[in-house]
Amino acid sequence: MTMTPTTLKVNGKDVRMTLDPRTTLLDALREHLHLTGTKKGCDHGQCGACTVIVEGRRINSCLTLALMHDGDEIATIEGLGSADKMHPMQQAFVTHDGYQCGYCTPGQICSAVAVLEEIEAGIPSHVTEDLNKVAYSDAEVRERMSGNICRCAAYPNIIAAIRDVAEGDKA
Amino acid sequence: MKAFTYERAASPAKAAEAAVANPGAKFIAGGTNLLDLMKLQIETPTHLIDVNRLGLDEIAATRDGGLRIGALVRNTDLAAHKAVRRDYGVLSRALLSGASGQLRNKATTAGNLLQRTRCPYFYDTTKPCNKRKPGTGCAALNGFNRNMAIMGTSADCIATHPSDMAVAMRLLDATVETITSDGTKRAIPMADFHRLPGNTPDIETALAPGEFITSVVLPKPLGGTHIYRKVRDRTSYAFAVLSVAAVFDKQGETRFAFGGLAHKPWRVEAADALGSRGAAAVAEAALAGAKTTEQNAFKIDLTQRTLAAVFAQKEA
Repeated sequence: MTMTPTTLKVNGKDVRMTLDPRTTLLDALREHLHLTGTKKGCDHGQCGACTVIVEGRRINSCLTLALMHDGDEIATIEGLGSADKMHPMQQAFVTHDGYQCGYCTPGQICSAVAVLEEIEAGIPSHVTEDLNKVAYSDAEVRERMSGNICRCAAYPNIIAAIRDVAEGDKA
Repeated sequence: MKAFTYERAASPAKAAEAAVANPGAKFIAGGTNLLDLMKLQIETPTHLIDVNRLGLDEIAATRDGGLRIGALVRNTDLAAHKAVRRDYGVLSRALLSGASGQLRNKATTAGNLLQRTRCPYFYDTTKPCNKRKPGTGCAALNGFNRNMAIMGTSADCIATHPSDMAVAMRLLDATVETITSDGTKRAIPMADFHRLPGNTPDIETALAPGEFITSVVLPKPLGGTHIYRKVRDRTSYAFAVLSVAAVFDKQGETRFAFGGLAHKPWRVEAADALGSRGAAAVAEAALAGAKTTEQNAFKIDLTQRTLAAVFAQKEA
């Protein structure tokens, strides 16, 4: 094993680390940078608690190595907003009570922000009837958020929060 | 995870060279399947060759009217590509029915083809598995085998190939293009790319050691109606119990490929020709020689019913 230097751009700041190649992006964020907003749920890409936005796209940070992202821009929940200055999606989750225990919430919010961008970019989903006509609907959000599990089953309120932000974007 | 050394490949040929030089090496692209398996120590590479910065992420028209898809094109981008949506709807649909948004953003075209089975005994390192550890036996044969293969199985393995994308690629007669360490290139038809288990279920593809996939080529569009219908235990983010990919072209020609039935995307030429005779005829030809267990015999009926639904969807 060779400790390997790498630089990540996390929430707008360059951070240099020297890592065991086995370090996942998730462990680099949590254990090395102490950005513990991103959660470790299943550690196998099944639950979505570790979702972060890398180079503008949501991914499971548990299923990728930090070294594979040298130079990449990474946005975590800490980068989206703060308690004093919440991102509209964070505010909407609070308003609509889109959680109970809150463990999956950072992943849900990162995913939700990216989902609205994906719809805006015209990326189709399994429930898109005409592949060339992509538009917001609750059904689209349910399908696209299926990689984020909430064991408290706050799903109706999560959908309401995302709908709120989507409607706000249109207004 | 077992320790490994890491390098970033400089070119496809160099990647292949590095893989030959390090017999314990694996290429890593999206990593969504490989890292999962490494955490469970089902895969234990001693060296990882990161191929993510090689380019190979473009989709370009070929001279004969088809598309060349770079090996590293992400599943999201392939499904959303304009020409794929327009001309190869079955491929878009297959991709979008697989995995989650996060995984599709990372998973690559070549990696999707190379993903391993989700057989629970392949994943359970306390159980025998000829695919994970050749010669140890198959725990699925007399185990929980509801979701196992019924076509092309062997006494050594009844695992299925989990990919949706590969089923569409097989239906479309795609070709896998590769390069080896000495720079030799070749094209492997999808029909020959994945293997049946036989007595070497650990060897899953036609790739030689170190051979590197550079692209997947689609022939010119078939036109007509494209359908991908997937049956699964939950409506999103689940592997297929069974899937049917179908094209009904404008000349009345049909073709069908199936996921969840075999160790590879399943397609039978004799069944393709029976589209005009309906679901039962197609199912009978496609499933000739089926070998079922008590738990997975339902896949026979399910295939016929899913085909019937596909025919109904075509008429709708």
